[in-house]
Amino acid sequence: EKTKSGFLSKLTKAIAGKSSVDDEVLDNLEEALVSADVGIETTVQIIDRIEKRVAKDKYLNTSELNGILQQEMENILVDAPEAESYTFASTLPAKPYVILVVGVNGVGKTTTIGKLAYNFKKAGKSVLLGAADTFRAAAVDQLTIWSDRVGVPIVKQGMGADPASVAFDTVQSGVSKGADVVIIDTAGRLHNKAHLMDELSKIKRVIQKHIPEAPHEVLLVLDGSTGQNALEQARQFTAATDVTALAITKLDGTAKGGVVLAIANQFKIPVKFIGMGEKMEDLLVFDKHEFVDSLFSLENK
Amino acid sequence: MFESLSEKLESAFKQIKGEGRITELNIAATVKDIRRALVDADVNYKIAKEFTDKIRETALGQKVINAVSPGQLMVKIVKDELVDLMGGTESTFNTKGNPAIILIAGLQGSGKTTFSGKLANFLKTKKGLSPLLVAADIYRPAAIDQLKVLGEQIGIDVYSEPENKDAVAIATNAIKEARSKNKNVLIIDTAGRLAVDEAMMTEVANIKSAVSPNEILFVVDSMTGQDAVNTAKAFNDRLDFSGVVLTKLDGDTRGGAALSIKYTVNKPIKFVSSGEKMDTLDVFYPERMAQRILGMGDITTLVEKA
Ligand SMILES: Nc1nc2c(ncn2[C@@H]2O[C@H](COP(=O)(O)OP(=O)(O)OP(=O)(O)O)[C@@H](O)[C@H]2O)c(=O)[nH]1
Ligand SMILES: Nc1nc2c(ncn2[C@@H]2O[C@H](COP(=O)(O)OP(=O)(O)OP(=O)(O)O)[C@@H](O)[C@H]2O)c(=O)[nH]1
Ligand SMILES: [Mg+2]
Ligand SMILES: [Mg+2]
Repeated sequence: EKTKSGFLSKLTKAIAGKSSVDDEVLDNLEEALVSADVGIETTVQIIDRIEKRVAKDKYLNTSELNGILQQEMENILVDAPEAESYTFASTLPAKPYVILVVGVNGVGKTTTIGKLAYNFKKAGKSVLLGAADTFRAAAVDQLTIWSDRVGVPIVKQGMGADPASVAFDTVQSGVSKGADVVIIDTAGRLHNKAHLMDELSKIKRVIQKHIPEAPHEVLLVLDGSTGQNALEQARQFTAATDVTALAITKLDGTAKGGVVLAIANQFKIPVKFIGMGEKMEDLLVFDKHEFVDSLFSLENK
Repeated sequence: MFESLSEKLESAFKQIKGEGRITELNIAATVKDIRRALVDADVNYKIAKEFTDKIRETALGQKVINAVSPGQLMVKIVKDELVDLMGGTESTFNTKGNPAIILIAGLQGSGKTTFSGKLANFLKTKKGLSPLLVAADIYRPAAIDQLKVLGEQIGIDVYSEPENKDAVAIATNAIKEARSKNKNVLIIDTAGRLAVDEAMMTEVANIKSAVSPNEILFVVDSMTGQDAVNTAKAFNDRLDFSGVVLTKLDGDTRGGAALSIKYTVNKPIKFVSSGEKMDTLDVFYPERMAQRILGMGDITTLVEKA
């Protein structure tokens, strides 16, 4: 079994037995948050808020402080608007419900698509995949293997094809087949490459020629071990495609994914999914209470 | 963040200038700001702390002569220490052997397969060697195809055994293949793995014992955050790797992970990867990396203003 103690467990130990919040406690808190990739700016904000509340309430024991901290952190994490929140089994707000998956290189987009397809299918939905990563070596083969594994159809044109054209074909086919969910894979791209970001906007526009409201979801996939650069990723991908939700991958490692707190704080984008492994079963629907809880947990799990 | 840092440093530097000598008192805020800048660049929190403590020691007592602004002096101290740390150990690349064996390892999606192709291309075109790429990732969907496509792009053979589920056997078989085909360097691409995945870490350690590599390269995404130290340490504990490869430097990350890793395992950064194309491989320049981490662009302009 993996050992992964909550990043605030150290903090909890450090403040055990203290009856008030002093500089030492706040320093420990800063260390704990920053070490989880929450980032200086958001960390400072959290600490400021704690300081204000504590000045008012004065005496605190460890569990009270933990409680306040958890509340502050949960408050930062935003919820998806009601119309955009769904479970795999619930009736989706559109048919086909088009999900465009974007992100920088190697974060886990294709794998996350395989997992989403698996979950939707398991919940009784018909799913169609679109192989619009026509650039990365063997990207189409990779998604094809996922489509076989899960048992859902795929639309592809082969390597080097125009990704927007693949996306268009996929949506068109999704409509004619009456698919419930259409999920489109895109090539990984670094957000500072303008021409690649333009290509993404174009893919989106082409999809909209067919269904004006689509894509209903633009899912930005972030690697949970990424540091502060994830903020810039969120900023640039949002500028190009209006990201509606985040998926955080690779949280089965030792990384804490604390940067989602910074992103939620600055961009108000909700986290919807968490990747916990390489298999199709390894996707969790994000639960902010559980997430924050896990940051505080003392036990190894 | 960086704007406010600039402002803070500016006023801090002005203060020091008036006092003629760097003291514990007049430097405290500056040191704190530098530490925050490092942490913001993803340098590990503890390492940033140790590093800036060292900076403070070096800076204390130094006279701020009129010719040099205190700001410039601080920046110089920080940069010199950083370059020193990032460079340090002599970096060589060992390709002696028949064949020489290079083992590539790292986390999922860090850029191992792409780098394997780039390295093969580099050794072929720049060093006149004849490499053989080995597909020892038996897990990731289409991993073999991916390496084959890259091999085709650069005209380098790829050894694979699609039916074999034993990565160690594939790697050892590849040595025979290399000898029979007159290939003098073997580049073994392995599956991505988490440091906490005991079975997978054992697999790569077994590959190492089976093939005795000349070089073991740990491939790491330059966007990695605070966790870089844990991962690097865990891989180094198991593999005692010979060098680090930093990937995706064509992005805009400051790349503080590079500093953390160097500080933690003290292994040289041997290559940097900055693109998806096969010719985007470079050797490592400590000076450039130091400037990048510090956001020297900003700080240097600021010092000029001071
Ligand atoms: N441990 C772990 N590995 C993951 C997870 N999600 C994806 N991976 C692995 O990360 C690597 C990259 O995943 P991909 O799905 O190919 O990533 P991508 O974003 O599509 O990559 P590009 O298309 O090349 O940009 C693969 O080895 C996956 O198996 C996760 O949640 N946990
Ligand atoms: N922009 C950029 N992309 C890179 C670089 N190196 C690799 N990539 C991309 O990052 C993604 C992952 O690269 P891979 O080489 O498949 O990574 P890997 O470590 O082999 O992944 P796994 O085998 O799944 O663990 C791909 O989309 C690559 O094209 C780089 O230096 N710059
Ligand atoms: Mg992909
Ligand atoms: Mg690979």
